[in-house]
Amino acid sequence: MDTNVHFRSATENPCKMCMPMGAILPFKGLENSMVLIHGSQGCSTYMRRHMAEHFNEPIDVASSSLNENGTIYGGEKNLKQGLDNLMQVYAPEVIGVLTTCLAETIGEDIDRITSQYLQERGLLKSLIVPVSTPGYGGSHAEGYWQAVKTIVSHLATATPKHSKLNVIIPDISPADIREIKRILAMMQLDYTLLPDYSTTLDRPLVKPYRKVPDGGTKIEDIMAMPGARATVQFGLTLEQNLSPGHYLAKEFGVPLYNLPIPIGVQNTDLFLQALQEISGVAVPAALQDERGRLLDAMVDSHKYNFQGRSVIFGEAELVYAVCQLCLENGVYPVTVATGSKNSPLAQLLQPKLTDVDHPVEFIHNADFVAILAHSMDANIAIGPSDGRYLTEKQGIPLVRLGFPIHDRVGGQRILSVGYAGSMMLLDQITNTLLAEKQRGYRQTMYDTFYRGADRLPDATLPNSGLRGERHEL
Amino acid sequence: MVNEQAIAARTASIKTKGQQKQQVACDTDSVAGAVSQRACVYSGARVVLNPITDAVHLVHGPIGCASYTWDIRGSLSSGSELYRNSFSTDLQEEDVIFGGEKKLVSSIDELVSKYQPELVFVYSTCIVGVIGDDLQAVCKAAEKKHNIRIIPVQSSGFAGNKSAGYRAACDALLKIMPNEGPVEQKGNTVNYLGDFNLAGEIWIIKDYLKRIGIEVNATFTGDSSYRTLQRAPQAALNIMQCAGSMAYLAQRMEDIYAIPYLRVSFLGLTDTAASLRSIAASFSDPMLAHRTEALIATETATINRQLEAYRTKFKGKKAAIFVGGGFKAISLIKQFRELNIEVVMIGTQTGKQEDYAVMQELVNDGTVILDDANPAELEKFMVEKGANILVGGVKERPLAYKLGVAFIDHNHDRKHPLSGFVGAVNFAQEVYSTLCSPVWHYV
Ligand code: SF4
Ligand code: SF4
Repeated sequence: MDTNVHFRSATENPCKMCMPMGAILPFKGLENSMVLIHGSQGCSTYMRRHMAEHFNEPIDVASSSLNENGTIYGGEKNLKQGLDNLMQVYAPEVIGVLTTCLAETIGEDIDRITSQYLQERGLLKSLIVPVSTPGYGGSHAEGYWQAVKTIVSHLATATPKHSKLNVIIPDISPADIREIKRILAMMQLDYTLLPDYSTTLDRPLVKPYRKVPDGGTKIEDIMAMPGARATVQFGLTLEQNLSPGHYLAKEFGVPLYNLPIPIGVQNTDLFLQALQEISGVAVPAALQDERGRLLDAMVDSHKYNFQGRSVIFGEAELVYAVCQLCLENGVYPVTVATGSKNSPLAQLLQPKLTDVDHPVEFIHNADFVAILAHSMDANIAIGPSDGRYLTEKQGIPLVRLGFPIHDRVGGQRILSVGYAGSMMLLDQITNTLLAEKQRGYRQTMYDTFYRGADRLPDATLPNSGLRGERHEL
Repeated sequence: MVNEQAIAARTASIKTKGQQKQQVACDTDSVAGAVSQRACVYSGARVVLNPITDAVHLVHGPIGCASYTWDIRGSLSSGSELYRNSFSTDLQEEDVIFGGEKKLVSSIDELVSKYQPELVFVYSTCIVGVIGDDLQAVCKAAEKKHNIRIIPVQSSGFAGNKSAGYRAACDALLKIMPNEGPVEQKGNTVNYLGDFNLAGEIWIIKDYLKRIGIEVNATFTGDSSYRTLQRAPQAALNIMQCAGSMAYLAQRMEDIYAIPYLRVSFLGLTDTAASLRSIAASFSDPMLAHRTEALIATETATINRQLEAYRTKFKGKKAAIFVGGGFKAISLIKQFRELNIEVVMIGTQTGKQEDYAVMQELVNDGTVILDDANPAELEKFMVEKGANILVGGVKERPLAYKLGVAFIDHNHDRKHPLSGFVGAVNFAQEVYSTLCSPVWHYV
């Protein structure tokens, strides 16, 4: 079944954030870059707070701090002054300028303002990438892709063919990016990975402190993306108009491998097949061992996993890949949900559900009230930390994955891609199921089977609320 | 203070005590591009009103504004948990073009029939005014239809900063109480303003007051409900902690209901004791003063010994403070002093003239005082002044850690109380756990 919650007017406990929030992330993955959000001060502060909590890194994002005057008479002056100040303090090589609901509603033309700004100031070497991200235009996931797409379309220039591979990634963790790079190196490939926030948003503690962290994709590498031998993009659920890989294919004829995030055996196989095809290098023994270990783990845990009934929610691309892992291991999904309005999740996954003998609910534009309503039979949830709502209301334990993770440390270090990462995620899922079982089974068995004379009436059974803390509204 | 990277427009907002005559400039609009740490009007209003436990808090606007404020605060409730939900009209492109009133009306209808609240707040966000939605009219009509209170909160984000949001929240609170006064007021009762019951702080203070012989009538707004707020005019005295958010409400309640107000602070040993004494002294009952002294004596007896141990450990350490409002900043200077720690940098997001005057008075020469600081300035002065510890919010924490500086969360999402005598010990313990952690030996 494919549900869209839009029959309700109010969103109750959202499963999404807004576009500019998603658009900050790719810019944090460019070398020597900064972001300015054109709108009122609050939006950028909220987003910074959200990201700082997840990554545990300073997240410096400027705002044009629109006030009443700017809102009435236009924010051009604020935007230009903001750029001046940003340049002065951070001296970045590239600046992403993102719009907000407010800037879009009052009709700000940031393309014109920013190019005019560079001319006026004679800043010929500076780069500004303006991205239109009205908060109401989509979720943070669309904002992320809108930014990556615009970075590519803004910077890429026709380049003679070269031997590098383009690798374009969705919002995965810095640890995931490092793993992808390790695999690329093992396959002896030279590549441009975009956006690369593996260091900028997970930096080693070194002194002195630098306002703009080292690392990130080099601008000249992005410019040269059209000359690459191919593009590998983890963007299976992407609409074409948001897909940088499709853009490079269409405009510059770069062959595109549009793949799922390599989570699970099949998805990782697809990734390695593509790399093998591109590089002509055979998958090295070390990686084959990792694959073998993942298979071994899957077999070792299969009976535990087969008792899992999962709720998988969050950004569509990650949800798709995690669903695959769950399907491979018998942690069959009950509910598959994303905050995005449109995503091909249902079409892509439906054909893979033949072995699942319960109905699977697909929810788009999801909020947690909708997710909860369809998750009564689930015993494990996988997604960002807002899913703790499911734990609190229904006792469904949560495996934290994706963005944002607010109530635990280490969101930036969660590894779930490749054979090794898949194994770590799978172990976590299995262990969560085991912990839940061990926590409750003594009580459950007593409740179900014990018929001794001293059996307590049901209502007064000790710990009868064992399924987790419950708070009624 | 020569810094080639400094922003000229920020000069008036930074000063060093003993070096410049002028007081630091504050209450100004943030400088564009300066990476201000400030939040918006909506955020201010939401912080103040959100702890009202049995209200539906509906954000009229696009999803972000609601998403970023879902259950991130640590206010506790002894009753309803309704306030912990995030409700939003989640405006879409078509609503922005054709107006969002229809969606607002049906959202209110839906939520009222589902949750049966007696009170609904509808917060406006930045674009609501721009797209021309008439919040007032929609709420008025909905009140009639559902026969409950549905109060619009005028919190468009761009029309000022967090302080303007406090004001909008106070206006909304005034609408809950009967609009005529004076009301018959009861004996030894107070309303407690400006505490949001983070980690149960209100419960701690309520207990102290009860032991003295004073009953807390209504609390603003931690652990409050529609009914308790309605009866607020019956108290004999308003005691007010966070003045930044509540001074306006206290003043208006004095005007309307003739309830006098008293500034208090339960942060730190000295302030807590002094506040209890002045509350007791506000009533004519002499027994109150006796009981107050007894309470202070019992509570401080053990605590002083505990704190003394910490004082020795903290000797010679320096603190930097960057918090939301003036009240907190001022209390922190005193609290650090109690712990033998010198404040070398202090600033707020939204402090007022009079707050900065007090800070200026309290700190030593050479202390940097700054309003609406940004990360670059925080970094510069923490390093320059050799701060060992920073007090701030979530955004400032990673910066402190990267600089090898210890950190105290003085934010709305903390999970341990910092109020009262027990809070003073918690505070010292937290300072200890971050300042004296072995990890600093390795970085
Ligand atoms: S939804 Fe719009 S107004 Fe709200 S935080 Fe996002 S950009 Fe700002
Ligand atoms: S849109 Fe306005 S109200 Fe919403 S977060 Fe941004 S500044 Fe605040």
